[in-house]
Amino acid sequence: MLSKEQARLFFLGGTFVVSVIFLAMTWHSIVREIPNQTHEQNITPEVVAGKQLFDENNCMGCHTILGEGAYYAPELTKVYGRKGEGYIKAVLMSPTPWQGAAQRKMVAYEMTEEEADNMVAFFKWIGEMDLNGFPPEPDKNLQP
Amino acid sequence: MRYKSQKVAYWFFALSMLLLTLQITYGFIMGFAHMGFDGLHEFIPFNAARATHNNLLVVWLLSGFMGAAYYIIPEESKQELVSVKLAYLQLISLAVVGVAAIIGFHLNWWEGRKFLEIPRELDWLVVINVLLFLGLIITTLWKGKRKTTTSLVLTMGLFFAAILYLPGMIWFDSQTLDSFFRWWVVHLWVEGVWELIMGGILAYLLIKLTGVDREVIEKWLYVIVGLTFLSGVLGTGHHYYYIGTPRYWLIIGGIFSALEPLAFLGMALFAINMYRRSGRSHPNKSALYWTIGSAVMSFVGAGLLGAAHTLPAVNMYTHGTLVTAMHGHLAFWGAYGMLIFAMISYVLPNLTGRKLYDSAASMYAFWLANIGMVCMTCAFAVAGIAQVYMERKIGLPFMQVQEEIEVHFFGLILAATLFTIGCMLFIYNFIKYGQPTDEALLTDAEQGDVMA
Repeated sequence: MLSKEQARLFFLGGTFVVSVIFLAMTWHSIVREIPNQTHEQNITPEVVAGKQLFDENNCMGCHTILGEGAYYAPELTKVYGRKGEGYIKAVLMSPTPWQGAAQRKMVAYEMTEEEADNMVAFFKWIGEMDLNGFPPEPDKNLQP
Repeated sequence: MRYKSQKVAYWFFALSMLLLTLQITYGFIMGFAHMGFDGLHEFIPFNAARATHNNLLVVWLLSGFMGAAYYIIPEESKQELVSVKLAYLQLISLAVVGVAAIIGFHLNWWEGRKFLEIPRELDWLVVINVLLFLGLIITTLWKGKRKTTTSLVLTMGLFFAAILYLPGMIWFDSQTLDSFFRWWVVHLWVEGVWELIMGGILAYLLIKLTGVDREVIEKWLYVIVGLTFLSGVLGTGHHYYYIGTPRYWLIIGGIFSALEPLAFLGMALFAINMYRRSGRSHPNKSALYWTIGSAVMSFVGAGLLGAAHTLPAVNMYTHGTLVTAMHGHLAFWGAYGMLIFAMISYVLPNLTGRKLYDSAASMYAFWLANIGMVCMTCAFAVAGIAQVYMERKIGLPFMQVQEEIEVHFFGLILAATLFTIGCMLFIYNFIKYGQPTDEALLTDAEQGDVMA
């Protein structure tokens, strides 16, 4: 039967081994793979400014991006391709709470032209990432 | 209670219950908003309610863990807490940071990083607070006459939880890297080091409640926390499927996430078996209910429901939908919420000297809160699965789908009402116990603990 000493060894040894593998994979991901998959060279100062605005206003508190966030407002990963620059800027610069066809309202952020341009740059960069197939294409056989 | 300084724990638990009440209130605001009633939008927009709801969860759980540590560590190490005054200072500063963060959320002062919305300036205060807490716990443990596995595992969990907060404070220009390291905090907390804390508290409760030999319980504690890390560390990969990270995470994350329920299954079997091995039963039935209940519900919520949507092929469709909320609610409740309730149920009679454990209120609290939470999970599941099919499979627009599933949030609110009644009964009982007193200084046997 397993002794307490062996159980402790299992805990410490196992944790050490998986942690080393995890750190090695992390290093490989952030140094080799993520820069290519996310087109790191395209992160311009405008994109960074856009990300900062995205953070400062807690956009993730209603929307999702890369599938992460809250589930109250639309996914924004592909918003640039789906809605286009004009629509995005109109929403962000609107002086009254934006309301699409549905009844849910968005906070009126009243962004300046420059801020809205930065947000657009951020969404464009996000939309071009290689996300291993996410978000999935709808199933053609299920179309009404 | 064996040591006077253990009384500090009471106030951490009281803060914990207060924050839980607020968390539930904000949950209702969000539930109604999902149903289409967002009358508070102007004052509390959804993102403010959401940040408040999530962060109150983190703070009430941390406050509960800290209370548990302040109670367990003196007793396990046979040593009064090194400074009661500093412990109260730490409590007050925790409350101040929490309140400041929540007020900030309503004034657009935050960071849009799920679970880590507290702005960086306040993060530093959190760091100082946690260092003070750890300092008190570790010096007490150091000076103590006895160093048990239970207290070491608990302290190790608390220590690594503090260390792992740091990667979340680094600024990254890339959304992918930002997310990558945000999960180091969030995932490695809840599916890693918090399980050490959970294991430590569970082992302590089982020792007290079942009277099974400490050596046996602590041996299995090592096996369980070993399984947790073996699956949970590489299981972080399930957050790296679709955020701009390489494909190998799909394989590694998929395999190790599928193993994650094993640790929780181990936890559940461990609790049930130790209870069955116990010869005599402890008079504090409500503490036993919450303890065994926590081990079982964490297996269902965190283990099974978690594994169900971390298979890469499933997660492709469920990622970023209400299915995540389904898993999240039962997981946090089962693994951490119920465990803190267990600890409070065990500790209150010992701190106050009043033996109100088997009152009707305490039993109804257990059943109503749990039935309510299971029904809430079902409501989220129905809404989430409907969302997945309509939005992701058929391709209907997001908002159109949301209007279709509004009705399920009515079910959610009904279930949440049941859950809330359960929690309020628990808090009613908490208040009825009154405040801790030195007259309650008793030995284990006098407290009714089952002796090995």
